[in-house]
Amino acid sequence: MSRIANAFNNKKAFIAFLTAGDPDFESSLKNFKAVIEAGADLIEVGIPFSDPIAEGPVIQEADIRALSSGMTTDKVFQLVKELRKDYTIPIVFMTYANPVYHYGADKFFKNAAEAGADGIIIPDCPYEERSEFDETAAKYGIDFISMIAPTSEDRIKTIASQAKGFIYVVSSLGVTGVRSEITTDLDSIMKLIKEATDTPAAIGFGISTPEQAANMSKKADGVIVGSAMERIVAKYGKDAPKELSEYVKSMVDAI
Amino acid sequence: MENQANNGRFGEFGGQYIPETLMNEIHKLEAAYEHYKNDPEFVAELDKLNREYAGRPSLLYYAEKMTRDLGGAKIYLKREDLNHTGSHKINNVLGQVLLAKKMGKTRVIAETGAGQHGVATATAAALMDMECEIFMGEEDTIRQSLNVYRMNLLGAKVHAVKTGTKVLKDAVNEAMREWTSRVDDTLYVLGSVMGPHPFPTIVRDFQSVISKESRAQILEKEGKLPDVVIACVGGGSNAIGSFYEYIKDEGVKLIGCEAAGLGVDNPKNAATMANGSMGIFHGMKSLFCQDEYGQIAPVYSISAGLDYPGIGPEHAYLASIGRAQYVPITDEEAVNAFEYLSRTEGIIPAIESSHAVAHVMKIAPEMPKDSIIICTISGRGDKDVAAIARYRGVNISD
Repeated sequence: MSRIANAFNNKKAFIAFLTAGDPDFESSLKNFKAVIEAGADLIEVGIPFSDPIAEGPVIQEADIRALSSGMTTDKVFQLVKELRKDYTIPIVFMTYANPVYHYGADKFFKNAAEAGADGIIIPDCPYEERSEFDETAAKYGIDFISMIAPTSEDRIKTIASQAKGFIYVVSSLGVTGVRSEITTDLDSIMKLIKEATDTPAAIGFGISTPEQAANMSKKADGVIVGSAMERIVAKYGKDAPKELSEYVKSMVDAI
Repeated sequence: MENQANNGRFGEFGGQYIPETLMNEIHKLEAAYEHYKNDPEFVAELDKLNREYAGRPSLLYYAEKMTRDLGGAKIYLKREDLNHTGSHKINNVLGQVLLAKKMGKTRVIAETGAGQHGVATATAAALMDMECEIFMGEEDTIRQSLNVYRMNLLGAKVHAVKTGTKVLKDAVNEAMREWTSRVDDTLYVLGSVMGPHPFPTIVRDFQSVISKESRAQILEKEGKLPDVVIACVGGGSNAIGSFYEYIKDEGVKLIGCEAAGLGVDNPKNAATMANGSMGIFHGMKSLFCQDEYGQIAPVYSISAGLDYPGIGPEHAYLASIGRAQYVPITDEEAVNAFEYLSRTEGIIPAIESSHAVAHVMKIAPEMPKDSIIICTISGRGDKDVAAIARYRGVNISD
């Protein structure tokens, strides 16, 4: 069983996102370790991008802090290598098409695999353009994760039936960021996904509280949290590991 | 020659690199456009708007004094500055807002750099009873405060974008983010031949009225085609509109003038063709100014309308096959041309268009007297007067 599949094996997965290098390499490494130790089932490692069009203000600012600290794609690979010394947790990159494309897709996925990554999420690479990356990623054993949105409708079956790793279900319209309530009919979306595939599906965008996590985990195989985590990093700086740890524990307990 | 978008591609350039949330909407737009572009009623309505509202056809003006002064090629100016709202942007927005209306949308959003596209969109929205919100980099709202007020006057809400470098690319980011949050009733009226397919094709088609007219006008005036067609390039909408009907005429040289800011070797420039490399950004595969890790570079130009780190995919394609040529023009050269055309012909061009005029000034003297240049004056320069005065060390209030 792959590391990603293992994260969903007989349990609901708590998936934690942090931007790599926020606020700097060493602090970021400590933050990831705290999140893993606290019981996250899968981590999403954000490779910062100058213009993250799918992100709300919280993650945009995280990307700016990371890039200002001198974070680069090569340093993100280094960070994952450091984590791999101690942990077998599945690790999925989250970034945009250009950092992968401009680095050279073949070189990117080769280095990503060597560092120990299991998958990648590229929000500005939809189903129609996946051939840009998915075969190269597969060549190195990296799962190209598909996204399904509230507007996907007739596209759900096609996307789900070809999905690898897990499916990222976008809970709401708009960009990433904490939301007080999620109004999308996720049950209908999940039903269509389950009819098309056995690949696990996790819900992300807008989830921040244990109550929301508990509610979403009833609908899906996992829950993805990003902006709420980054708010903690932004607020607590060097003290973030302790706060992140408590937060992750509360979320893991809730689902 | 294959220059029609094929699955949204111009050669290897173009594509649809956007979030899943927008994909169904983009397909709906594609289908609606394919239908309406051949719908006689839509075509007639747009033609009427172009003629009776925008003031088309725009003049093809023989710049006799400039021709005499430069002493070479005959110079014709395609006067897009005379259109309603003062630039070529109206050609595209009348088409897109009419299309939005046909699609049942009630709200349009748009990005703007210099404010010309924002003003044009706000104008079309006022005319066609659409709600309108414009995203403009905070820096540009300061550089072009007059246009912000114009948009407000036209009933549009202007959002000053405070993220990133606070200029045009950030305004595009924010408009795309806004579109993902509200797709049902909203069309993103993209202002240039960029972004995901079908935008580069839609905008090109609506702007190609420029070359449709100029080709007929020059044949009538001179009985032959021009030797050179010149236009400024940011994203590239007035340039593609100026070039399009001549692409098949292999003898007509097509030249795009991009913003070199303080110089192509100075970090403060926006010369994508000179300094850019292949990338995927803002929905398209094209050329972008970026660093070795694919982080989009902050760019600079005195012209807010050319201050963009990428270029439309069809231009990247035309350059790759050698059909069009792209040259860098510095701030200083553009300001000199701005002043030159004002004094010589009594025409104050937009600082964007002044980049094209600057190149005419370079090449016309070297060309034979029986040769012809058509230069597109994409907009009028009233909006730039205060900034140019500041550039020359004169402080006047807008």
